[in-house]
Amino acid sequence: MRAAALSPGLADPVADAQGCFRAVLDAMSRPGSVRRVPADVRPPAPLVPAAAAVLLTLADAATPVWTDAGPDAAAWLAFHAGCPLATSPEDAAFVLACGSPPSLGVLVQGTDEEPHRSATLIAQVAALEAGSGGWRLRGPGIEAEHRLRVSGLPSDFTARWGANRAAFPRGVDLVLCAGREVAALPRTTAIEEG
Amino acid sequence: MAYVAVKGGEQAIGNAHAWLDEARRGDAALPAVSVRQIEEQLSLAVDRVMAEGACHDRSLAALAIKQARGDLIEAAFLLRAYRTTLPRFGASLPLDTGAMRVRRRVSATYKDLPGGQVLGPTFDYTHRLLEFALAADEGEPPVPAPEVPADGATAPRVTGLLAQEGLMADEPPSDAEPGDLTREPLEIPADRPLRLQALARGDEGFLLGLGYSTQRGYGNAHPFVGELRMGEVAVEIAPPELGFAVEIGDILVTECQMVNQFAGSRHEPPQFTRGYGLVFGQGERKAMAMALVDRALRSAELGEETGAPAQDAEFVLYHCDNVEATGFVEHLKLPHYVDFQSELEKLRSLRAAVAAGAEREAAE
Amino acid sequence: MSAAPQDAAGGGTLAGYNFAYLDEDTKRMIRRALLKAVAIPGHQVPFGSREMPLPYGWGTGGIQVTASVIGPDDTLKVIDQGADDTTNAVSIRRFFGRVAGVATTERTAEATVIQTRHRIPETPLREGQILVYQVPMPEPLFRLEPRVAETRRLHALGDYGLMHVKLYEDIARRGEVTISYNYPVMVNGRYLMSPSPIPAFDNPKMDRMPALQLFGAGREKRIYAVPPYTAVRSLDFEDHPFRPNRADAACALCGSRDSYLDEVVTDDRGGRRFLCSDTDYCERRRAEQ
Repeated sequence: MRAAALSPGLADPVADAQGCFRAVLDAMSRPGSVRRVPADVRPPAPLVPAAAAVLLTLADAATPVWTDAGPDAAAWLAFHAGCPLATSPEDAAFVLACGSPPSLGVLVQGTDEEPHRSATLIAQVAALEAGSGGWRLRGPGIEAEHRLRVSGLPSDFTARWGANRAAFPRGVDLVLCAGREVAALPRTTAIEEG
Repeated sequence: MAYVAVKGGEQAIGNAHAWLDEARRGDAALPAVSVRQIEEQLSLAVDRVMAEGACHDRSLAALAIKQARGDLIEAAFLLRAYRTTLPRFGASLPLDTGAMRVRRRVSATYKDLPGGQVLGPTFDYTHRLLEFALAADEGEPPVPAPEVPADGATAPRVTGLLAQEGLMADEPPSDAEPGDLTREPLEIPADRPLRLQALARGDEGFLLGLGYSTQRGYGNAHPFVGELRMGEVAVEIAPPELGFAVEIGDILVTECQMVNQFAGSRHEPPQFTRGYGLVFGQGERKAMAMALVDRALRSAELGEETGAPAQDAEFVLYHCDNVEATGFVEHLKLPHYVDFQSELEKLRSLRAAVAAGAEREAAE
Repeated sequence: MSAAPQDAAGGGTLAGYNFAYLDEDTKRMIRRALLKAVAIPGHQVPFGSREMPLPYGWGTGGIQVTASVIGPDDTLKVIDQGADDTTNAVSIRRFFGRVAGVATTERTAEATVIQTRHRIPETPLREGQILVYQVPMPEPLFRLEPRVAETRRLHALGDYGLMHVKLYEDIARRGEVTISYNYPVMVNGRYLMSPSPIPAFDNPKMDRMPALQLFGAGREKRIYAVPPYTAVRSLDFEDHPFRPNRADAACALCGSRDSYLDEVVTDDRGGRRFLCSDTDYCERRRAEQ
């Protein structure tokens, strides 16, 4: 195993996973709010701590993970999460995109009877800023409107997201990670460019 | 002694548990029954608790029976709740019941067959007369049963003999990983490995009633006990780091192969089909009932008429688990007064509307 | 045979068991199910429910959800029938005290996680709180169609005609809907959902609630959720709007005419009193008086 794979995972697997899960649950329940993951994790580049913590919290032997993060990062994830690595994004339960994310339509969508059997896209972005400016978000979890500025996603992302949302109840859910911060958009969230 | 109040919390619960401990012990002037005694002398209860508790551990099952005051469903529940906390080290290879060291083996389809008929320790042919001698505290130990030296002959499965003649429907072996009901929720339609898994854990009484119903025309079964065998089989695991199988011990199991007529279909000639039952320990009634229900649940895939309760997979599989069933039936004794209150108000409102209507009619 | 687990000396958790009882694999599986449930409001997500050391029907689903969510910083409140001192609420609170060592409270406002059976607290819940419901039968259609394979199909199609017909027939025959608890709701305009057996009186509290609502059905192995500020509409008809009811009385202790009341029989000659079912709400009102 490469040296990078040996850098530690979650320092306290029980408490850190609980804290990270609550951050993600809160983010998913209040789309567009930005939460800080409480775990001190130092993954190999190009993984950011938030994305690494989210995957170590949620992925395991039952969830194939696909990532574009390169062999060191993939080996680190597989070692610490115990997850199988999918060879293509369409076979993965979690898709971790450090670069431009794959088309949402190729990811596992679930079925009308089992829409929960769909992929979760974890996208690393340059920055997340909640409160003013950027996207206008509406939908379950949002009282009136949330604002979220996301730096580092492709310009056509909102159009792709619109198609994803239109397929409800099928569709992909999105977790955005920047540094130690995390935001989430369930498939129900409507994005309007600010 | 006062009835334990439903409200009153911690202290009421503590008092109730103290009373339970006292009731469990019974008359303290009598010696306490030991777990070992239960294991040895109530062995069929132990077997049933292991089967329905889905955990093969005689001493834990005996402990559960003692703790549950002989309530076998409660004991199975105790064992299940313990089992679910255990780490998993691996899965065993399929048991080879053909290599069983047979204690009992009977076939109802052949008068004699290789390996012979072995009655073993059975209640069959006992006259059900109470043996008052057993009521004595320390009866004389029974005279050891005469032993017949084993002739070393193996006991090939009856279904195998029928298959040689092409009379038994082929059930090709599969290396596919079976589902695991203890990790994944049951989904309908369920394949046969999952169904058998549910039946093996299922309640003996429930399966007995359902199996019985198939004999009385609800499912139109034509069963023969091809073979019923009970004895020790070796459990093997093949750890990936070793790359070969190692034996980790022997367990006692009961297997029933029920042979059923099958009229055939457009694709298959008339032949026999199998209903299969396998349970931990000596559990003949359960194994036979399981085999009947297994065969009934195959009716849809064999293109037979369906509609009887035992042929309804969703009905059978969702209701055969006694730990689930007892929990939900017994939860009705928990407080429901909030919902009952809403029913009271609703009933009063509906009755007032009816009364008002009657008055209006009378006035008109 | 392994030694029986003992309460850890001094520690808040039970020796021999993981924090909050469940192993980490199980928590992870439940956490994944919870996130999907939040993403698809009102949709029942099957999960690998475990056998718990409490019987099915006693709140094993709610307990598994709470155990997967709760952490050392949380403050837990457990109610049954609205009350903190009912035996099953006491038993579940004690369970989490033993296996997770978390702080517990009877005050709705102080709790971060509230596990409930059959009621929603009278005190409005706020953002950041999580309400965990114990659910016996997650399928809202089960009395009309017991087959889960069939109801799953109906949910996929959004075909809730069976329920509309049932309500319509109630009105035609009785003049009103006869369901008084576990009154079905539409979540975010898409999924028909069982609110669990809360009185219909509580249904309006679910609509656009600022707190996150999580539902756990252990025996039936289903989890579902309603995110904050999500539309939850009790099924009705324009000419027969949903009308929750409560006993037309005031609480004998605090005088409330707004809270849901339990009826207490005081003698065998028809004497009765009405008391708030929400004990915390009642006590606070009395303290303020």
